[in-house]
Amino acid sequence: MNKIISKEYFSANVVKFEVEAPLIAKSRKAGHFVMVKVGEKGERIPLTIADANLQKGTITLVVQKMGVSSTKLCELNEGEYITDLVGPLGKATHIEKFGTVVCACGGVGTAPMLPIVAALKEAGNKVITVIAARTKELIILEEQMKQYSDEVIVMTDDGSYGNKGLVTNGVEMVINREKVDLCVTIGPAIMMKFVSLLTKKYELPTVASLNTIMVDGTGMCGACRVSIGGKTKFVCVDGPEFDAHLVDFDEMLMRLGGYKDIEREELEKLSCASGARK
Amino acid sequence: MDLNEERAQQWRADLRNEIKTKDRTAKTRVHMPELDAEYRSHTRVEEVNLGLTPEMAMAEAQRCIDCANPTCMEGCPVGIYIPKFVKQIEVGDFLGAAKTLKETSALPAVCGRVCPQEKQCEAQCIHVKMKKEAVAIGHLERFAADYERESGKISVPEIGAPNGIKIAVVGSGPAGLSFAGDMAKMGYDVTVFEALHEIGGVLKYGIPEFRLPNAIVDVEIENLRSMGVKFITNCIIGKTITIEDLKEDGFKGVFVASGAGLPRFMNIKGENFVGVMSSNEYLTRVNLMDAASEDSDTPVFLGKHVAVIGGGNTAMDSVRTARRLGASRAMIIYRRTEEEMPARLEEVKHAKEEGIEFMTLRNPIEFRGNEQGRVTEMVLQVMELGEPDASGRRAPVEVPGQTETIEVDEVIVSVGVSPNPLIPQSVIGLEVTKWGTIVVNQDSMQSDIPMIFAGGDIVRGGATVILAMGDGRKAAASMDKWIKEKN
Ligand SMILES: Cc1cc2nc3c(=O)[nH]c(=O)nc-3n(C[C@H](O)[C@H](O)[C@H](O)COP(=O)(O)OP(=O)(O)OC[C@H]3O[C@@H](n4cnc5c(N)ncnc54)[C@H](O)[C@@H]3O)c2cc1C
Ligand SMILES: Cc1cc2nc3c(=O)[nH]c(=O)nc-3n(C[C@H](O)[C@H](O)[C@H](O)COP(=O)(O)OP(=O)(O)OC[C@H]3O[C@@H](n4cnc5c(N)ncnc54)[C@H](O)[C@@H]3O)c2cc1C
Ligand code: SF4
Ligand code: SF4
Ligand code: FES
Repeated sequence: MNKIISKEYFSANVVKFEVEAPLIAKSRKAGHFVMVKVGEKGERIPLTIADANLQKGTITLVVQKMGVSSTKLCELNEGEYITDLVGPLGKATHIEKFGTVVCACGGVGTAPMLPIVAALKEAGNKVITVIAARTKELIILEEQMKQYSDEVIVMTDDGSYGNKGLVTNGVEMVINREKVDLCVTIGPAIMMKFVSLLTKKYELPTVASLNTIMVDGTGMCGACRVSIGGKTKFVCVDGPEFDAHLVDFDEMLMRLGGYKDIEREELEKLSCASGARK
Repeated sequence: MDLNEERAQQWRADLRNEIKTKDRTAKTRVHMPELDAEYRSHTRVEEVNLGLTPEMAMAEAQRCIDCANPTCMEGCPVGIYIPKFVKQIEVGDFLGAAKTLKETSALPAVCGRVCPQEKQCEAQCIHVKMKKEAVAIGHLERFAADYERESGKISVPEIGAPNGIKIAVVGSGPAGLSFAGDMAKMGYDVTVFEALHEIGGVLKYGIPEFRLPNAIVDVEIENLRSMGVKFITNCIIGKTITIEDLKEDGFKGVFVASGAGLPRFMNIKGENFVGVMSSNEYLTRVNLMDAASEDSDTPVFLGKHVAVIGGGNTAMDSVRTARRLGASRAMIIYRRTEEEMPARLEEVKHAKEEGIEFMTLRNPIEFRGNEQGRVTEMVLQVMELGEPDASGRRAPVEVPGQTETIEVDEVIVSVGVSPNPLIPQSVIGLEVTKWGTIVVNQDSMQSDIPMIFAGGDIVRGGATVILAMGDGRKAAASMDKWIKEKN
């Protein structure tokens, strides 16, 4: 049981939590994640540790409502408890002074990108962050990203905010404009695939943080497996970050869709239930 | 009292004289009442074996001739005092029998259910040498432990005076639990750290309810709690805190019982199609996360044509679970024959009764899927048995050119696990084998780092509940000795 010390809405669908977890606060590094479970019958979901406060013994999580489990978490309030929380898991991000780094994120990947942007900046890099979404309302964390980035470029599919176009258009604009040393991308697998194809063309080294389906997060089940350069790897212990140019994104896309139908049903159940409560 | 003195006690002597040995051995073995096979192949949580009645247990206990040299005990990895507890059952002292079991075993209700008895204690029973069916030691063990639990009069073992020495246990499977119990009995201040949100290791996330109800494991855990053992869940040693941290915190000894948690795959074409998963994933979803229940948030795919690859207990548990979750065809695919299967005989028998198909001498070579990436069929290579291999079993060899293709919508890969790499990776200088198991002195279970002891699957690479438990007990005794010698 981990107590929620504070809760703040970044937008209607994105919540920042500060959670009591003194041991994890002490041992975590940028790029690590935790597994979180809400309720006795809850699902274990991975969330990146966005920040930590050693004095307070807390970690920060930034959660975007996607389906049942993330929604249940977002409904918790200050003073309430997260049923189970374990970590830090995964390999820490490799942070050093690379030079100029483009961080390309969108959708579900924006929240976990935040601590990486912060760590890259702290290491002395010039950080250009590209945030992309379908439309204006879905752009999240712009203000927070601005705090740590030298520049934030916003892209929307419909042009309702920032520049019109996809995340790849934003990245390409930067590549054409100046010398870039590294690209980091987190987002829907399809987005990462196209970012990776683009940077491959420009021979720009690229790291993708993969957000596969996970069950235990400790290397026990193999649900998170992906093919990296033809070899099977477990994202929770060998990752989550990999050389994007070696990732088999098509396979990952296929595996991510695995539980879509069941998840949709669960979400409908949840919204029926909360509808009934009102 | 040693075994001979115990045996010489009046009540035992009298009991031996009550029924002639010849009459005892002439009796037939009790049959464990079971749920109807058709009924149980649709119920996921009801236990298959129903347990013996007191009358059945007492009758079965009469079959034991209270041997002067009880060879059965040699077959039990922890040396349970079998004739004593069996005779206590014969005279109706069921609570006494349970107490006898607990002198040596931390988990009698568990071992009575899941031990491969036919290969262990029962294999060494004198009846077998007389070409008769062994005394049903496992059934009796389960009976005594269940009786005690249901009576509400569970005896808490005597605890030595607290000595204030802090001991850490990594992992809460059978090895960790039995170690914790023994150390608590000797007065140590024991804390068990568990990575998952539940205590029990494989007993909880692996072995299904229909074979080992969680409630039974929970009672044993409560028992340990009442002996003063502390449990900390959601704490990964090597990640959340390190063994160094434990040392700084004043822990004087660490017992690593982190199990064999890393699933193996076959590395064949199409293995990453959706619907192909490890038995760890499947069983964790269903058992630990209760995914098949309406109120669970964790999803599980309910396959109609399910193939499980492998022939061990894990494969049997997976295939029987799939059947219970609605598979019309639930198949075991095994590359040798039934004779070589490592699974317990009882499990194979139960599986067959439940309508599981056994496709032996078949080895998968490819999975195929549809556009959505979901597995739809698998290609099997037909095998035959060749010369015996290193393990002494006849090695399966391919029959050239003979393959079969079968339709599947879910495949569970159950071809073994490797030791959990977390601890070996996080402790510098800890000696491990090329298979990733921790190297220990076989008599003391001590590693090359003196304060670290290890046992169970992390040392054996995959064994049984009772062997893991035995390691835990052995490690407790030798850690106690080591700590006392040091001071
Ligand atoms: C290492 C790692 C770190 C992560 N860090 C964060 C974080 O810091 N903040 C955060 O908000 N989320 C993070 N995620 C993603 C988060 O775990 C998922 O959003 C969450 O599991 C969704 O669960 P759910 O039950 O709410 O939704 P579900 O019901 O599982 O999913 C709802 C819909 O979203 C899609 N979806 C689910 N998971 C993903 C995914 N990983 N990528 C793309 N689409 C997906 C599903 O296909 C489905 O259509 C991380 C994931 C990983 C693997
Ligand atoms: C499906 C299945 C069926 C089986 N059926 C039988 C059977 O019928 N009979 C039989 O005798 N045997 C059976 N076995 C084998 C038996 O369960 C194992 O041999 C036994 O559980 C091993 O015990 P253990 O204590 O070594 O490890 P485990 O039971 O594996 O427990 C290890 C625990 O350590 C935890 N852990 C790992 N790393 C860390 C860490 N770094 N920090 C904290 N915690 C950690 C794990 O989460 C786990 O809970 C079966 C196994 C499986 C998987
Ligand atoms: S613990 Fe297992 S091997 Fe030992 S007596 Fe009991 S059933 Fe037999
Ligand atoms: S060998 Fe068989 S008959 Fe003899 S004491 Fe053991 S259980 Fe009883
Ligand atoms: S989530 Fe289970 S192995 Fe990675």
